Amino acid sequence: MARITLSNLAHSYVPQPKSEADYALKQMDHVWDDGGAYALLGASGCGKTTLLNIISGLVHPSQGRVLFGDADVTHAPTAARNIAQVFQFPVVYDTMTVRENLAFPLRNRGMDPAYIAARVSQIAAMIGMEATLDRKARGLTADAKQKISLGRGMVRQDVNAILFDEPLTVIDPHMKWELRTQLKLLHREFGHTMIYVTHDQTEALTFADKVVVLHEGRVVQMGTPQYLFDTPEHTFVGYFIGSPGMNLLDADIQGTVAQTAAGPVPLGAAYAPPQGRTQIGIRPEYVTMSASEGLPARVLRIEDVGRHRIIRADVAGTHISVIVPEGQPVGAQLTHVRFDPAHINVYANDWRVKGTR
Amino acid sequence: MDKTQNNRAWFLVLPVLVLVAFSAVIPLMTVVNYAFNDTFGQNQFFWNGLGWFEDMLQSERMHGAFGRQVLFSAIILAIEVPLGIYIALNMPKSGFWSSFCLVLMALPLLIPFNVVGTIWQIFGRVDIGLLGHSLAALGIDYNYTNDPLDAWLTIIAMDVWHWTSLVALLCYAGLQSIPQAYYQAARIDQASRWSIFRYIELPKMAGVLLIAVLLRFMDSFMIYTEPFVLTGGGPGNSTTFLSIDLVKMAVGQFDLGPAAAFSLMYFLVILLVSWVFYTVMTTLDKQEGK
Amino acid sequence: MALELQAVSRMDKGQVILHPTTLRLEQGTMNVLLGPTSAGKTSLMRLMAGLDAPTAGRLIWNGQDVTGMRVQDRRVAMVYQQFINYPGMTVYDNIASPLRLMHKSTAEIDRAVRATAEMLKLTPLLMRKPLELSGGQQQRCALARALVKEAGLVLLDEPLANLDYKLREELRAEIPRIFAQSGAIFVYATTEPEEALLLGGNTATLWEGRVTQFGATPDVYRNPGDAVTARVFSDPPMNFVACVKERDRLTLGQGVSLPATGRFAALRDGRYQAGFRANHLHLHQKNGDSLAFACTLGASEITGSETFLHLHHGADRWTGLVHGVQDLPIGGQVSIWLDPAHIYMFAPDGRLATPKAEA
Repeated sequence: MARITLSNLAHSYVPQPKSEADYALKQMDHVWDDGGAYALLGASGCGKTTLLNIISGLVHPSQGRVLFGDADVTHAPTAARNIAQVFQFPVVYDTMTVRENLAFPLRNRGMDPAYIAARVSQIAAMIGMEATLDRKARGLTADAKQKISLGRGMVRQDVNAILFDEPLTVIDPHMKWELRTQLKLLHREFGHTMIYVTHDQTEALTFADKVVVLHEGRVVQMGTPQYLFDTPEHTFVGYFIGSPGMNLLDADIQGTVAQTAAGPVPLGAAYAPPQGRTQIGIRPEYVTMSASEGLPARVLRIEDVGRHRIIRADVAGTHISVIVPEGQPVGAQLTHVRFDPAHINVYANDWRVKGTR
Repeated sequence: MDKTQNNRAWFLVLPVLVLVAFSAVIPLMTVVNYAFNDTFGQNQFFWNGLGWFEDMLQSERMHGAFGRQVLFSAIILAIEVPLGIYIALNMPKSGFWSSFCLVLMALPLLIPFNVVGTIWQIFGRVDIGLLGHSLAALGIDYNYTNDPLDAWLTIIAMDVWHWTSLVALLCYAGLQSIPQAYYQAARIDQASRWSIFRYIELPKMAGVLLIAVLLRFMDSFMIYTEPFVLTGGGPGNSTTFLSIDLVKMAVGQFDLGPAAAFSLMYFLVILLVSWVFYTVMTTLDKQEGK
Repeated sequence: MALELQAVSRMDKGQVILHPTTLRLEQGTMNVLLGPTSAGKTSLMRLMAGLDAPTAGRLIWNGQDVTGMRVQDRRVAMVYQQFINYPGMTVYDNIASPLRLMHKSTAEIDRAVRATAEMLKLTPLLMRKPLELSGGQQQRCALARALVKEAGLVLLDEPLANLDYKLREELRAEIPRIFAQSGAIFVYATTEPEEALLLGGNTATLWEGRVTQFGATPDVYRNPGDAVTARVFSDPPMNFVACVKERDRLTLGQGVSLPATGRFAALRDGRYQAGFRANHLHLHQKNGDSLAFACTLGASEITGSETFLHLHHGADRWTGLVHGVQDLPIGGQVSIWLDPAHIYMFAPDGRLATPKAEA
């Protein structure tokens, strides 16, 4: 187990990068704690896979260093890094039994057979595959195979980090719950440093202690799920985290009031006049429908998601989403939207501006 | 009743059926006819029952040819399959050199069989052939027209040169279909080179390898043109394989009855071996899936 | 004007792929097939398309028996999970290809292609090749190809499964709009309950080759007729606990008891399974009727505004979804509250035993 340090790290697939646009991964400095659960979250092509490959040793960065603990592993090959990885599609050795699959990484390292047997049965119990230990891996379902991959990742106690590359892609929703819980428990049990790459915000938020949001090769924000949810530093984070994403409205910021095209909105703090394009951002969870208070809105569509409803409304030409909790009636008299001032964030040129309370 | 029925499609198969009937079924029936009858020409046939078959089964000559044939097939399979796998494993996976290798490997496969025989016939000659002459210059007593061992070695070398590419190319195609993640996972698991081969590459290649072995077995068991051109079955009968013997019998000696019986048995042996081989391999495959 | 499946079933190699199914899909409706992998969604779609023939039963389309009719002769379009386009053709030619096969005039094709491209926001990309596009754009192109020929039946087999979460959200919002413009019968297969709810229309829930329920989507969600439907149409999975009715009392799980009044009064004495959804569990008492369950917290997951609780109540494993960020000690004891109004009571055979719950 180890702390992971990314120092002055950047990568370009172009041999002689000229401008910043040539970099698939722009310069970053991060220290990831030993035993932490981190999620790298972003859309396809944001650089999250490049970053994972740099950590696993598949790609060598064009600048900067990667440290596991105090050891510089920037140019070390994968096998020398002492990591484990779980891939998007289940990678299992088809001709081996489940037991042999789980024992494989230990056996290759020449561990004591008694230790291997004990460890394998412990892992099999954790992933709930004791009953199928002596079956060939071939012919098992995708869920089961992915569980074996997870188990193989966990079986070594001394790994520096376990990397997950969108491991739940091929799993049915119901199984996702089970596997995610298991991962969570395994993390608690063994305390490995875990890095989880995904485009799915729910997976990232529920899995990680710290979520790293990547956008166009840049880390735009890193923080706890709650912090990212409440105070997105960048409009992209607001959009990408939460479902539906954060509502954004163009507004002129005048002290404690934002002037939007639909009318004034009181803010929870005072702001010095920001530069550039200014917007206010508010989560659908903190918007309420009302009969007369707030900004006039026209309801476009109501989506019933079961546990709540999502109202899509038009506020002076901008589409706003509102989450209405279950059991709360939605009537035709609700013609306005009200924003909770405490949860409004102000953005200038897409970056968050701090106010004074 | 799986798909939506449309019987019109059968009409499209008709020309092929007619063609196959004329090119395969009718000649085969003629052979069957010859195998069970004796003839003195003028289309007069006498029923001979299983006589020719009994003769053939007891014939020393056929036993010899059959033994040589089995030995030959066994040797070339034992060389070409591992060698083909080895080459496939070491071929570049992408880029210019990969295409270059592919073209290079395909070359021997494009040469007509009799030309292959001719090439090696000249290549091995002690007076003007590059191989024969060089060996002689090195003081090695090599002459494939006199020495049975030299003749065998030359024929085996020729077959390996001609056909290993086929095995290698098929294996290469099998290897290319393995996702990179498997290799990455194996490296992380610190699997040895042998483990990677045994647990990742071999299982993924098994399908194509089965086809390669089957093709090479059938082809080598029926080999005719190349040894005929190279050695003509000699020296003595040392390289007379089944089909060479068969042609000698049918065309050379005009023993049509025994030759026909011989052909039928030959055909059945190949069919049987291929079938057994195929069933064994596929059931092994299924058992592993259990 | 409708597609009717009359007791359609399918066997393959002695195994039942699809049990006899009777469905009526009306013209201009969105129909969601919801179920886990290999529940029979794709098999059902292949039967509807005519790619497979049913072992028994009949398909009636607009009053005409089309059971044995070939795919080519039906007006069917299909979109798959993989982005299937002709890689060598431009987006324009891709969209035009079904019309060219129908020998439409150039002017007609051009008009149809441009209109469809506009609807799917592909106009600026018409001259590009599919592989130069993002996944979302490639799937839009495949959708456009399905829509342009104005097929009467459009089958979408998990079309968004291979897309990023956010792109999925975007296209999911667009599909009902596109569908409303086309007037065809849409059939949409998915494994995700939330997707079914967002698409609306009708939903058929599938489980092990059987359609367990078919009806308006919110209605199937709120009033599942049996435990299987409730389980299929619930994400997080529905929670279950054993329940005994004895005279005028109900006892749930580890000795939680309540008077059998209201909808429970009519239940006969015996054993039942009580089902309830994750979002109806609370960490505090909502009203006087609420029941308190003593649970152990197995794990918790924070989504930013909500917390998922993985709970153990005796041998039962439950999932709870509660508001706010709740930082509770793992392995600790928690009291979980549930309003009995949200309980579905299922008989031992799985059928719903009480009138509907307030869900």
